[in-house]
Amino acid sequence: MNALELDSVTYSYPAAREPALSDLTLEIAEGEFVVLAGGSAAGKSTLLGVASGLVPHFHGGRFDGSAEVCGMDLRSHGPAALASDVGTLFQDPETQVVMGTVRAELAFPLENRGHAAVAVARGVEEVALALGIESLLERTTVDLSGGELQRVALGAALAGRPRLLVLDEPTSQLDPVAGDELLALLRRLNEEWGTTILLAEHRLERCLAAADRVIALDRGAVACDAGPSGFLEWAHRHEPGLETPGAALIAGLGLRPAPAGVKQARATLRAAGLLPDAEAPHERPGADRPARRSWRSRRAQGSAAAEPTLQVRRVWHELAGGRSILAGVSIAVAAGERVVLLGRNGAGKSTLLRHIGGLMEPTRGRVECSGRVALLLQNPGDYFVHDRVGDELDAAALRDAGLEAIAERHPRDCSGGERQRLALAIVTAGDPPAAVLCLDEPTRGMDRLAKKALADQLVERSELGAAVVVATHDPEFAAAFATRAVLLADGRIVADASPSELLSGGWYFATETARILGGHDGILTAAEALESLAAGADVLESRT
Amino acid sequence: MTYLLRASPLHAARASVAAAYCASLVTAAFLSPHPLVLGVLALLILCAGLMCGVGSRVARSLWFSLPMGVAIVLVNALVAREGLTVLVRLGDGGPLGQLDITLESLAFGAKEALVLIVIVAVAALASAVIDPDEVLRSLRRVSFRSALTATIATRMMPLLALDARRIGDAQRCRPRPAGRLAVMRAITANALDRSLDVAATLEVRGYGSARRPARAVRARSRHDLAFAVSAVAIVVLAAAWPAPFAYYPTIAGSFDASAFAHAGALGLAALAPFAQRRGISR
Repeated sequence: MNALELDSVTYSYPAAREPALSDLTLEIAEGEFVVLAGGSAAGKSTLLGVASGLVPHFHGGRFDGSAEVCGMDLRSHGPAALASDVGTLFQDPETQVVMGTVRAELAFPLENRGHAAVAVARGVEEVALALGIESLLERTTVDLSGGELQRVALGAALAGRPRLLVLDEPTSQLDPVAGDELLALLRRLNEEWGTTILLAEHRLERCLAAADRVIALDRGAVACDAGPSGFLEWAHRHEPGLETPGAALIAGLGLRPAPAGVKQARATLRAAGLLPDAEAPHERPGADRPARRSWRSRRAQGSAAAEPTLQVRRVWHELAGGRSILAGVSIAVAAGERVVLLGRNGAGKSTLLRHIGGLMEPTRGRVECSGRVALLLQNPGDYFVHDRVGDELDAAALRDAGLEAIAERHPRDCSGGERQRLALAIVTAGDPPAAVLCLDEPTRGMDRLAKKALADQLVERSELGAAVVVATHDPEFAAAFATRAVLLADGRIVADASPSELLSGGWYFATETARILGGHDGILTAAEALESLAAGADVLESRT
Repeated sequence: MTYLLRASPLHAARASVAAAYCASLVTAAFLSPHPLVLGVLALLILCAGLMCGVGSRVARSLWFSLPMGVAIVLVNALVAREGLTVLVRLGDGGPLGQLDITLESLAFGAKEALVLIVIVAVAALASAVIDPDEVLRSLRRVSFRSALTATIATRMMPLLALDARRIGDAQRCRPRPAGRLAVMRAITANALDRSLDVAATLEVRGYGSARRPARAVRARSRHDLAFAVSAVAIVVLAAAWPAPFAYYPTIAGSFDASAFAHAGALGLAALAPFAQRRGISR
């Protein structure tokens, strides 16, 4: 039996002019690990909605064609009926937890199905052990971190061992460590429990290695349905925005097959004689040496010599009766510098930005700034208070932000990239221009093209003289714009270096290209690697 | 006003027993007219809060209820007509008639204020120590949908408060802050979005086809027993051995040994269960 079977499905949301899914026919067999790819508004979330029954039963709209989920006809089975076989995990963990304690949350779906008390208790214990959250069982859900909440929400989705697990960008709010853990967990569930996984994700380089199959959607239709390598080769030809950095590197070198992950990319490079032996690059003697060459570090040093625009001096943020969120953080940022703040969830990145933005007062230390600070917090939607994009900004600011074309649209109807651009324009509008621009996790839910556009915009603003500070979990985005990288842990700065030093050679805080190349020469992106080769240096052999 | 999980004897008791204990304190406040007893009850609730690790929550509620208490005293002094000991004659108060402030009306207002303070403090204690999931699980056996609505309301409250704070912060980041009305609209629209998200989560967790949950079997702990006995003792003491105190037409009551003994007995009954510290961590 197929886990999901769609036959000529066309679906439009209520009052929508264009269908979200268009004549979609596909089958997903039981036990498959399928990744859904595509840009914003490609139809990924709608397809996941079909798999969970929310489309059309919860959202309404017009549904044509037929769909079967785990053998149940979607027309006669709503999300509640499907819930016995389908577990669903959305993007935002806060709205997926409805009970007061973790134990009650995990028990809730089992109780809804009328399981006996013994079965509920056993189910809760089993799923908690499987996900490693048994220590959280008696905790209240309001006290959990984002990563913990997401694991609990996954636990609730898995309680009762569903046959199909549907996930909509589950790692978008997690740090790289928690994100990798979650994906490893999904792979284990798929391999050991035989759970069918249907996962929509923008950061494909994270999950393709685990996938059996990739379905790329474009305007609600299947644009590509292939294995990970086949998909990446298709993306290289037709949709470069979906190509992973590793695939771009291999394709740029004229090699095949397109690698689904770091391991496969290294094997391809070795086979082509571009990696010296089977030994992983980072295991070779001398691999820990600092990068010898980096355009980024040179730029960063040059900027740092200038008078700082922003000075954070020994800032502490100590909770009354609790821990210190920031513990003596000092950092100076010069005009034109672009700093990325990295670190685990709870490391203190957002708190530091809030102190810089003046939303929080340090309990000790001080923040000095030679001009206005523009702070863009995590959720751009929080900045919108009008029904028209055009009402949020004056005409000149709207034109400068390139948003004139959507002036009549409701801000909530804009894509992730447009919302981010609008919110950025709102906080930076007015005179004098912001001397410091701070952004907190700006790439959540953004596709690769929107991220690139944002990175370009940040570069442009820094070239106009703004000091840019961005907190992100996305090493690829960090590599695209930053001239300096700062790693925070437990409220302290534990590393402050050029991106090529910090984002290469590591496991989690590293770009895919850097992981493939073992971090040598501080090369972070496929473009840099190819550029270096084109300049005559043998990138890979020169490191030995 | 959310549940705060702590290692305390009252948290370790089942929700129904903790609720009964809190209800007994309110009952005692209604049954006891003596200001000494009411004052002691307020103090007992604060002590109970401290022993549950939620003292600051209870203290804050006491502090916030003080202005309401003062208002009750003032209003009662102005509108009550029963007292005979006139302290101040304010003359003709128009539609309110002759305004005489009497000692009795002030004292009775203070007593009513104390009752209110006790109720607010007990509410703060109850919200912090009674596990809402456990209460709602019990209620779901009676009326599933109503109980679930209450669950969602419980969950939405802190979530929406958090959202409102976040939106407020975002508005502070605008160079030209938006008007209050526009911000309120944004917060309301956000609340509707949140409600839809939570409703979608409920659907995919199978709420739409939910059945009556099975009865959960849980052995009675020493804390269940101790607080149940305490609740009964408090109500019996308040009902069967009242400390008399009359306010009208003149104050008739005293702060004698009997009143102190009554207050002491109540204190003993209310705080004794906290002496048992075994098995309080969950």
